[in-house]
Amino acid sequence: MSPHLRKVVVVGHGMVGHRFVTAAIERGLTETHDIVVIGEEPRPAYDRVALTSFFEVGAEALSFLPGGAYDDPRVTLRTGTSVIEIDPAAQTVMLGDGEEMAYDELVLATGAAPFVPPVPGAELGNVFVYRTIEDLEAIREAAKTAKAGAVIGGGLLGLEAANALHQLGVETHVVEMNPRLMSVQVDEAGGRMLGRHITDLGLTVHTGVMTEAALPAIVDVDATGEVDGQVSALKFKDVEEPLPVDMIVFSAGIRPRDALARAAGLDLAERGGVLVDEQCRSSDPHVWAVGECAAPGGKMYGLVAPGYDMAEVVADALLGGQGTFTGADLSTKLKLLGVDVASFGDAHGTTDDCLELTYSDAVAGVYKKLVISEDGTRLLGGVLVGDASAYGLLRPMVASGIPLPDNPEELILPASSGGGGGVQLPPEAQVCSCNDVTRGDIEAAVDAGCGSAAEVTKETKAGSTCGSCKVQVKKIVEDYFTAQGKTVDTSLCEHFAGDEHGRSPMTRAELFDVVLIHGYTTFDQIIEAHGTGRGCDVCKPAIASILASQLNGHVLAAENRKLQDTNDAFLANIQKNGSYSVVPRIPGGEVTPEGLIVIGEVAREFGLYTKITGGQRIDMFGARMEDLPAIWKRLVDAGFESGHAYGKSLRTVKSCVGSTWCRYGVQDSVGLAIMLETRYRGLRSPHKLKGGVSGCARECAEARGKDFGVIATEKGWNLYVGGNGGAVPAHAQLLAGDLTTDELVSCLDRFLMYYVRTADRLQRTSTWIDSLEGGLDRVREVVVDDVLGLGTELEDAMAQHVDGYFDEWKATLEDPAMLRRFVSFVNAPELPDPNISFGAVRGQIAPAVGEQPASGPVALGSSIPVGPPATDEHTMEHAR
Amino acid sequence: MNAARTATYISVCRLDDIDPETGVTALVRGEVVAVFRTHDDRVFALSNYDPYGHASVLARGIVGTRGDVPFVASPLLKQAFSLETGRCLDDPSVAVATYEVDVVEGEIRVGVAVAL
Repeated sequence: MSPHLRKVVVVGHGMVGHRFVTAAIERGLTETHDIVVIGEEPRPAYDRVALTSFFEVGAEALSFLPGGAYDDPRVTLRTGTSVIEIDPAAQTVMLGDGEEMAYDELVLATGAAPFVPPVPGAELGNVFVYRTIEDLEAIREAAKTAKAGAVIGGGLLGLEAANALHQLGVETHVVEMNPRLMSVQVDEAGGRMLGRHITDLGLTVHTGVMTEAALPAIVDVDATGEVDGQVSALKFKDVEEPLPVDMIVFSAGIRPRDALARAAGLDLAERGGVLVDEQCRSSDPHVWAVGECAAPGGKMYGLVAPGYDMAEVVADALLGGQGTFTGADLSTKLKLLGVDVASFGDAHGTTDDCLELTYSDAVAGVYKKLVISEDGTRLLGGVLVGDASAYGLLRPMVASGIPLPDNPEELILPASSGGGGGVQLPPEAQVCSCNDVTRGDIEAAVDAGCGSAAEVTKETKAGSTCGSCKVQVKKIVEDYFTAQGKTVDTSLCEHFAGDEHGRSPMTRAELFDVVLIHGYTTFDQIIEAHGTGRGCDVCKPAIASILASQLNGHVLAAENRKLQDTNDAFLANIQKNGSYSVVPRIPGGEVTPEGLIVIGEVAREFGLYTKITGGQRIDMFGARMEDLPAIWKRLVDAGFESGHAYGKSLRTVKSCVGSTWCRYGVQDSVGLAIMLETRYRGLRSPHKLKGGVSGCARECAEARGKDFGVIATEKGWNLYVGGNGGAVPAHAQLLAGDLTTDELVSCLDRFLMYYVRTADRLQRTSTWIDSLEGGLDRVREVVVDDVLGLGTELEDAMAQHVDGYFDEWKATLEDPAMLRRFVSFVNAPELPDPNISFGAVRGQIAPAVGEQPASGPVALGSSIPVGPPATDEHTMEHAR
Repeated sequence: MNAARTATYISVCRLDDIDPETGVTALVRGEVVAVFRTHDDRVFALSNYDPYGHASVLARGIVGTRGDVPFVASPLLKQAFSLETGRCLDDPSVAVATYEVDVVEGEIRVGVAVAL
């Protein structure tokens, strides 16, 4: 093998230097050139991006060159060697050991160095940076004895370092000068959400604080009187008390390592870095710079992907190619401390007149933002925190300019709605970046016989690594099935089943989110933007409930009256013959004799059937719709209010007699039940809610059969949740024990609001709890331990409900427009409907059976019994 | 023929008396008729009697669409009836009577029951 005439010297053997060498080999540069790579670190290039995993997998697993040499005799790697000087005129470099080496082409790949702010104490022991495997080895050693550590810098790398400290068992503080974490990649709300996640993991986040000094431990004053010690604390500006820490990791940014170029007189960018042109050539035609030490067009890139692109460009240029580097996509998607964070395109919305669409679910810890062009047709960028599953779809949309769907918010709504909002990715769009699987690959797998998303994953590996694209894989599979005529229906009803215009199927929780995002106040706005047709008896009441939960308005307000099921529309319970029953609230079952007398008088006057309900109240049956206002006038005047027996809302809080009268009672169950029922009355919820309070363990109130049950103990209250009757009865489970009354109320506020916000339509508390990942334990984490830091928010929402409560019947009686509906006939309001009639049973009225009106239904088949109108006698015989 | 029919029409209320997508009950020649107004201001009249629930309640049901068909869901057990034909959308063998109906100068008028 004869020596080549030409030689390329590469300074730096990091990720980008290595990439240059592999590109040079692959492209054939080594056929004409010798390559010498000089690396300062003692080991060959390794995966610095995955540095933190060094603690788990070791240095060997991270290495790009496990054998220590390239499989090309023309490439020489010299590790543990530094370059101390460049002489562009002579085309030589001077090595640390005094050797002078000539080059024809010089490639600088010296990377960047961690920036350590000039604070006093930065030179102390146990103060580190986070850049090399050696740094990590030293950090690991220090962590063996350290109790608390601080990471200075809440950016990407700082959070990596914080993760490392945390995993090493050190109590970790993250210190960020900016008011939020990851200020480069995410916006304020995203940073807040990220901070919440990190706090939940047990780390402490300090934002908006300036490090003033690292303080030494006051020990080991040596003979010269100088303090020679380890760091013991961190002093912040304007904060009196220093934070005690045993170790500090500086991760406050990086600076290009351009000292060699500077000394050699090469042009530098204003903010550092070797100034290079689009081919990455410096101001000297034979010196090139790639990666973090380079500044193409004056801009430095702190990510590895642009560095790789530059390495390829230079390898190409040295072969006479015309490839150029014209900037990079700075999109990033990471899992930091287990939290998905992604930022892509114009994440900060710097484009003129751009629009922002945000989705934030503090319960689930998810924040998403889309930046959209002024005319709403194109996606410009975005931020995802907590759930980056949409990244695989959104990033190609920015890059390819695929037009946005009609409802772009569906792109960031929770994954269960399908995500993607009907956007069709091109077949070559990458869906699973871990395993490089495209939409086309997934559809090909279905063609080859895969019958489900799980089978596709098995076949293609899509979604099998980090799992972040699983939902998208499922959606693609389902869409493809649908395209082939196999229907996959996930909708609330046909009006929210999605359509060809990009509307996605939606559940109640998703509609709740949509209403929150847009601040809708009417059904018409919602169906026009997200649905089809004019709704039905399924979606209308569901939306009525969502609007009631968020707006606290009157259910009979003009815009939304048409959404109400007949019970809510007439604020009473419809019964089988078309009459209604009326239930005044009797909180805790406590009622005065005067109250009982009023109820009795009303029932007698209007000829109503009376019964004590299963929930300790008095139900009056057989009220004609047109009589309801008069009945309620009497009740309201006597101080009664609506018992909401008609709504999906709180019904009763049942109680035993408690310590006031009972010789066993240990607490005042009646007082508590009245307080709770009064607090939560009128709360619209996905399903009806009931509560119970028992004054001792004998449980006479059957509180554990309720959605929330409270049982008194000697020490306080035990709170049980998730009980119900119904077709599938469930026993409530203990959520928290021995609570004070204040603690009980805050737990219940949180529990109920959490349920109202996230449960599905007509989903009882028991099934809702079962549906949560982690079940009751998850509820306890959120409600009792407040792991999401949501407690205050949920309590505030409940406080808003409590403050906004008004009696619906009282308000109705004061509003002529609402009262106008309570008539039998629009053209004969004084006449009662003769088709609503009654028989009698056990001395009270009862619905008549078997009656037919004169006009009758038209029977087309045998399923409708037809007969003469029944007489009262006839009815009585058949009364049930 | 038209003239004869017109004579049998009975005014029941004004269009404005019915909120869009709701119904009212009217008494027409002793018969109980549910009169509905859809969101696009079309007006329909059906017998008010729910043949499944055996009660005079249809006017109080929720009005919506199934596909392109405007319908009312009975407030009792939610069977859906086409406003156009009175036919039960869940069971085509059942229907309720429909009535001729028109709107003249904002006045809703109900005519005779339409034979099926």
